[in-house]
Amino acid sequence: MSAVVVLLPLVLPSAYYYRVAALVFVFGLAAVGLNLLMGFAGQVSLGHAGFMGIGAYAVAIGPTHLGLPSWLCIVGGAGLSALVAFVVGRPILRLKGHYLAVATLGFGLLLAIAFSNEARFTGGPDGMAVPRLVVFGFSVRGAQAWYWITAASFLIGAVLALNLIESPSGRALRAIHDSEVAARVLGVDVARMKLTVFVVSAVYASVAGSYFALLNGHITPDVSGFLRSIELVAMVVLGGLGSVAGSLVGAALLVMLPQTLTSLHDYEHMALGLIIMGVMIFLRAGIVPTLARALRRA
Amino acid sequence: MSELLQFAFSGLTVGAVYALVALGFTLIYNSCEVINFAQGEFVMLGGMTTVFLGLAGVPLPLAACLAVVVTVAVGLALHRLAIEPARGSGAVVLIIITIGASIFLRGAAQVVFDKRFHSLPPFVGGDAIRIAGAAILPQSLVVLAGAVIILVLLWGFIERSLIGKAMVATAANELAARLVGIDTRATVGLSFAISAAIGALAGILITPIALTSYDIGTLLALKGFAAAMLGGIGSAVGAVVGGLLLGLLEAFAAGYVSSQYKDAVAFLVILIVLLAMPRGLFGRPPVERV
Repeated sequence: MSAVVVLLPLVLPSAYYYRVAALVFVFGLAAVGLNLLMGFAGQVSLGHAGFMGIGAYAVAIGPTHLGLPSWLCIVGGAGLSALVAFVVGRPILRLKGHYLAVATLGFGLLLAIAFSNEARFTGGPDGMAVPRLVVFGFSVRGAQAWYWITAASFLIGAVLALNLIESPSGRALRAIHDSEVAARVLGVDVARMKLTVFVVSAVYASVAGSYFALLNGHITPDVSGFLRSIELVAMVVLGGLGSVAGSLVGAALLVMLPQTLTSLHDYEHMALGLIIMGVMIFLRAGIVPTLARALRRA
Repeated sequence: MSELLQFAFSGLTVGAVYALVALGFTLIYNSCEVINFAQGEFVMLGGMTTVFLGLAGVPLPLAACLAVVVTVAVGLALHRLAIEPARGSGAVVLIIITIGASIFLRGAAQVVFDKRFHSLPPFVGGDAIRIAGAAILPQSLVVLAGAVIILVLLWGFIERSLIGKAMVATAANELAARLVGIDTRATVGLSFAISAAIGALAGILITPIALTSYDIGTLLALKGFAAAMLGGIGSAVGAVVGGLLLGLLEAFAAGYVSSQYKDAVAFLVILIVLLAMPRGLFGRPPVERV
């Protein structure tokens, strides 16, 4: 994976491609976090874009209304997301299956509605501008700079995730996925582990959301909307639940799709829906695991 | 007092639509454990198809019937092409498939129809009827009456007919149903068809009041889903009560608290219900096989 990241710039012809790639890494980061929650711990969250929204608006509101430096706001946003995830997660994660899905859905939507309505702070439905990131006096601009930042962040996030998965905590997570009761019998503190993963995945999403806002220079409440949450879930499931590389593939697919379809803009939703349905029906385990299995057999 | 009554009327009208959407959810969930997020699109299709057929010159009653037929066909196609091939997948995969279907249908509607809001002439014209200081549109009464009629017909069908009993059997235990000779695939398809019909009818009934456009499906599906959860997923009575209750709560919140957060009420209620009484008002306690 690192090889792909480093070699890719040699192939990309223009700034536009760098920008698309940066977006892929941003969403890949969020997808990896969600994958930890869905693929490994086996919980479902249909509202994760809400955390992206927290991170994104933190980076917008902080510098504009509170005068804080942007990089501090990234950290602040992540901290706030972690706090919210902790507070909300405790009662919500007691639920299972469809009930958990609806609860997370409701949570994500509540955040989106709040972002849209509190126009005084958030600029309302039209969104607000995001001041550029300034690090050590350098104003970060240009798609290339963002490419390296997001790529590095993604790699760090992926490595952390893989480490977590291979560790005893990771094994505990997978035990929870297979059977919560059995895990509890074995002595795994199920509630605490689920909450930890939820908070971790919220932080991933928040940082991704902050990057997204800084990259675009402008955000709207859509960043935490239902469709965005579904896209995140789709990225995780399409790429492969439980596969970190899959999260990147899923993110790439769903980010690049609208870009390639700009000529057929009206048909974008149709194509998106068809692809989601098609992959889910025919490549059920997700793209990466299915391909890996096929390659292993061949 | 009249203000309260006014909110109650509008809440019940909108609640009737939520109730019908929730009923559609419940039907499909009961027959094959799938949460059909495309349910809202059925409502959209009913309204939009009627409008466009009407614009093309088809007399409205015929347009409405054709719209229901079209929506039922879409529902059957959804079952046959998207749900059937993916049987045996986990719940998450199936939910995503129906979400993908809803996105697809919305995109198709955008292309086939257009992006504007449309209306239909009310079925029963005339001014609003005044009751105790509050006004209610005749069309609202039509919506409520329509919902009641649909409910009664559905109940009669499921309780009294052989096919209805087959649906109940399939919902209870699919393998056992197949063993006694019930074609479970057709039965599940039938539940999709009925859900689509209910959704389409709801869409046609509400369009004179609430207008229709290509993207009303998503929010309706979410609220209908919330209503079904509120009532207890799997319970038809719960779906209806949940829908009406949700409509009322939304109207009261919009009137007495803040109309900006009207949409948030549904989801706030859902969170509270799920945390306080997870199985909803009428649901069965979930049994987990270890």
